[in-house]
Amino acid sequence: MVYLTRKAEFSASHFYHNPDFTPEENQRIFGKCNNPNGHGHNYTLEVTVKGEVDPRSGFVVDLKQLKEVMNHEVLDAMDHRFLNKEVPEFFKCIPTTENLAIAVWQRLESKLQKARLHRVRVYETPDLFVDFYGENDPLEATS
Amino acid sequence: MKAHLTRRYRFSASHRLHSTEMSADENRVTYGKCNNPHGHGHNYALEVTVSGQVDQSTGMVCNLVDLDGFVEREVLSRYHLENLNTLQEFAQQVPTTENLSVEIFEILQRGFYHAHLERVRLEETMMNSFEYAGTAEPKH
Repeated sequence: MVYLTRKAEFSASHFYHNPDFTPEENQRIFGKCNNPNGHGHNYTLEVTVKGEVDPRSGFVVDLKQLKEVMNHEVLDAMDHRFLNKEVPEFFKCIPTTENLAIAVWQRLESKLQKARLHRVRVYETPDLFVDFYGENDPLEATS
Repeated sequence: MKAHLTRRYRFSASHRLHSTEMSADENRVTYGKCNNPHGHGHNYALEVTVSGQVDQSTGMVCNLVDLDGFVEREVLSRYHLENLNTLQEFAQQVPTTENLSVEIFEILQRGFYHAHLERVRLEETMMNSFEYAGTAEPKH
């Protein structure tokens, strides 16, 4: 098994707000991130896929295809967007880095052809990132 | 759904690698420049990884305010701008970055309850780093 990671960058704005919370609760839990005008980040996305090396091509996955899927499914939808207002997953779900990693996984999983998705890592800043290994993480049974 | 969240912190500290169980010559051979009796320092980078179900109402594994507060109070304020050899936990063991990783993991494991501690990763310089995940294998 070989693991291959492709990086991409996108910039987007968001804010954190749960309509079920009172304004005071929203402020206490989310702090500055609760500002309804939003704020932005330069996100870095790392997508890791795994698979056996194809003996004919020497590839785990056609990088061109992976790049196209990432561009089409993630960057076209999220780059230079206000996540709360323009990305359907976040109309009702708070666009935290955790939920962003899950949304990217769900967007990519069914679109990849040969390789299997291993991990989606989203950096919100160089000092904060979230890893998502899928809903049925095979490693969880052993850890 | 379960996610892993990693936060990165920085601190600077000095240390000297010297084992009381070795002769002076053995210490010099084993630790080289790090055995200099006057010590030397590093800018450490610490990564703390926690995991848990993403809370549907907040979208979070844990609130960063809680994680940052704990790490600041229990780890950074303990080690930043200190000489590690003078600290109680290194009275009997050499303050290698391996041992420091284990100490920091144990501080978090003892006191941080807002999410499951997965691992700590400690960079001593940009060229070397150490990971400790307790009894588990670090996940990549």
